[in-house]
Amino acid sequence: MAAEEFVMQVWRGDAAGGAFKEYRVPAGEGMVVLDVIHAIQARHASDLAVRWNCKAGKCGSCSAEINGKPRLMCMTRMNSLDTSEPITVAPMKTFPLIRDLVTDVSFNFEMAKRVPAFKPRPKEADGTYRMQQEDIDRVQEFHKCIECFLCQNVCHVIRDHDENKRYFAGPRLFVRYAALEMHPLDTNDRRELLKERMGLGFCNITKCCTEVCPEHIHITDNAIIPLKERVVDEFYDPLARLVRKITGKKS
Amino acid sequence: MATDGKYESHEYDVIVIGAGGAGLRAAIEASAQGAKTALICKSLLGKAHTVMAEGGIAAAMGNIYPEDNWKVHFRDTMRGGKLLNNWRMAQIHAQEAPARVLELEEWGALFDRTKDGRILQRDFGGHRYARLAHVGDRTGLEMIRTLQQHAVHKGIDVFMECTIARLLKDGDKVCGAFGYWRESGRFIAFRSKAVVLATGGVGKAWKITSNSWEYTGDGIAMAMDAGADLIDMEMVQFHPTGMVWPPSVRGILVTEGVRGDGGTLKNSEDKRFMFNYIPEFFRAETAETEKEADAWYEDKKNRRTPDLLPRDEVARAINAEVKAGRGTAHGGVFLDIASRRSADYIQKRLPSMYHQFKELAGVDITKEAMEVGPTCHYIMGGVRVDGDTTATTVPGLFAAGEVAAGLHGANRLGGNSLSDLLVFGRRAGHHAAEYAKKLTGRAAVGEDQIAAVSQELLAPFHGEGGENPYSIHMELQDCMQSLVGIIRTESELKKALGEIDRFKERTKRIAVEGNRQYNPGWHLALDLRTMLAISEACTRSALERKESRGGHTRDDYPKTDPNLGKVNVVIRKRNGELTLSQEARPEMPDDLKQLLEEQK
Repeated sequence: MAAEEFVMQVWRGDAAGGAFKEYRVPAGEGMVVLDVIHAIQARHASDLAVRWNCKAGKCGSCSAEINGKPRLMCMTRMNSLDTSEPITVAPMKTFPLIRDLVTDVSFNFEMAKRVPAFKPRPKEADGTYRMQQEDIDRVQEFHKCIECFLCQNVCHVIRDHDENKRYFAGPRLFVRYAALEMHPLDTNDRRELLKERMGLGFCNITKCCTEVCPEHIHITDNAIIPLKERVVDEFYDPLARLVRKITGKKS
Repeated sequence: MATDGKYESHEYDVIVIGAGGAGLRAAIEASAQGAKTALICKSLLGKAHTVMAEGGIAAAMGNIYPEDNWKVHFRDTMRGGKLLNNWRMAQIHAQEAPARVLELEEWGALFDRTKDGRILQRDFGGHRYARLAHVGDRTGLEMIRTLQQHAVHKGIDVFMECTIARLLKDGDKVCGAFGYWRESGRFIAFRSKAVVLATGGVGKAWKITSNSWEYTGDGIAMAMDAGADLIDMEMVQFHPTGMVWPPSVRGILVTEGVRGDGGTLKNSEDKRFMFNYIPEFFRAETAETEKEADAWYEDKKNRRTPDLLPRDEVARAINAEVKAGRGTAHGGVFLDIASRRSADYIQKRLPSMYHQFKELAGVDITKEAMEVGPTCHYIMGGVRVDGDTTATTVPGLFAAGEVAAGLHGANRLGGNSLSDLLVFGRRAGHHAAEYAKKLTGRAAVGEDQIAAVSQELLAPFHGEGGENPYSIHMELQDCMQSLVGIIRTESELKKALGEIDRFKERTKRIAVEGNRQYNPGWHLALDLRTMLAISEACTRSALERKESRGGHTRDDYPKTDPNLGKVNVVIRKRNGELTLSQEARPEMPDDLKQLLEEQK
């Protein structure tokens, strides 16, 4: 065990303002950042606001910026950080601050309401659906999303330009659109919406979202780029569009 | 601090408290019945405990073994529950689960597939056939996301990060609920014709637990306060396989799917010790040799491996091995799939287990064995409900999921929880809406009720004595872990009751710092009250049941008593005092009795 105690600078404050405050807690084997935050609550600051649930990387509640990097607090082990220096923990920057490490992530839930619903094709005669595993593999990758919103947090389209939130769904929602568009049973078409209202074109493929995804979803390569291709095929390839209109196929 | 007594008001036909699988399914159904419905949850939508469920949804679809059907599932559930189950619930559950799984698929869920394109089913403890519809080892995530998205598209009003603290009553009927927004600390009142409780369990009262901060027994305590009966409160499930090392992750769940997919338990002498712990009750259906056990995975004509005995049996066996000095250095046993299945197979079937051990413990489960031990996981007891309607004993109050009792009897089988949420969540929503439709007139909510609860909620800000809610919580967890754990005895249970009384006194002296805005110290101070109430109910029930059965093992009464199998321990709160009684369970009809015999 290297360090005997951990020194952590945690952002304290609300929308009106705040500052980093330093805390020291005894080090324990295998501790993650969230353990240190809990120890601070128990010993020094019972009102330190933080969201968390599963503590196992499955619920996506405890997103924060640790030493400036967007990560899940429950999956960041202290021994993966340089603990000779104080560790900084700050709230996600892209969302309005509520208090301490808790931000207002309602933007994501509002955008989710605007996604046109799943609309399945009719069932087989026996009342079930048949699908092959290889036809659902790529969609299952998207369904791994735990809605931690770290991808939304790092996306510079909204991180640096709050006003874009009105026209831009963001990587998490693009993953959701991709999951629906590539779902073998779905019959809805969301391409025009993606192009006109959800700002798919704003993404210039810097892959920041992919880098921070704790589920290692290939957000840019497997979701956003194929969506862009589908939009291009639909709206900028007149021949292909005509063929599809006649055959009624969705690509 | 906002002025005491001020609150915002909302009016609905049905409110659903809790937004895990049961709450979401209930809200969807109530709304589909035309009821104006609200869904209220302590966390953000989609973060409830259902999201952590790993292994799958038990449903006798017969996709792998056509000989599977509801009758076999019914029998497995009853035997897994040591026959203490509400047989009507076990019957409905087994009959309706397949339709509820197919419905999820219709709403967009994508389960792993068989070669012929149907829903793949996996082996699990206590299930005779491969029965669990699943998505790798993240089935709960698929289920909650599917339900969440479906609910959102149905336009159900969702109140997130809103904690309900009290049910409101008009005479003997429930007519709403009162609580606070976590974000602002401001109060909120719901006037409602019917209320569905779907608040989950109380695992956070134990130290080693797979449960998150939310599982503080709110719903069970609110129902008890409102006059509802509780049953089987002594029946707590310790899941046999939680992580044990490093200390910071102790208790985090390791899915039973590891054993379902071929993993075996071994002690420090490299022995598969489960063969030494086959109880008489399951002897006829359990393999006696390693060869037979391994053959069972491929061919169900062989008997089931003892690694997949029901959870209560496996948890006790691990406990005994460790006590006998055959545990690992960190007080667990080994769970080995690395030497039995290929790395590819493990990564495909158990991706989140692979990830979890790699990131949190530095263990590569495709190369090394895991260290595991029992972790508090689930409470079979809870609010007494009618098997068909989920109605509690209080008019207007319904309950579904872990908060309700009956389906699982003395021990729940893995995979039967997700199916429980779907089957009885839907029934709760349906019957709550029906009840609301029949109700005429507007309920009268007494301002005195609201004034009283408001005052109680703000008390921790005015406390004198400087008690810290985190310290009391940690001591409660130690108490429940060591005195009301897997193995119980009268002297320890009595000692626990004394400690719980002292914790209750100390909570009156809690003084929280800060203000009402997103204040976890305040929230914990309030959650402690419900945890203490339910810890007491559990401990007193455990004293009352002088036998060992399922999740309740008494060192001083090690045998199962057939007479006690005929009763439930019932708890009621009357005039502020808990009363306990043993009440006869309804007689099982002959056709169901016959099923238990026939399907051997």
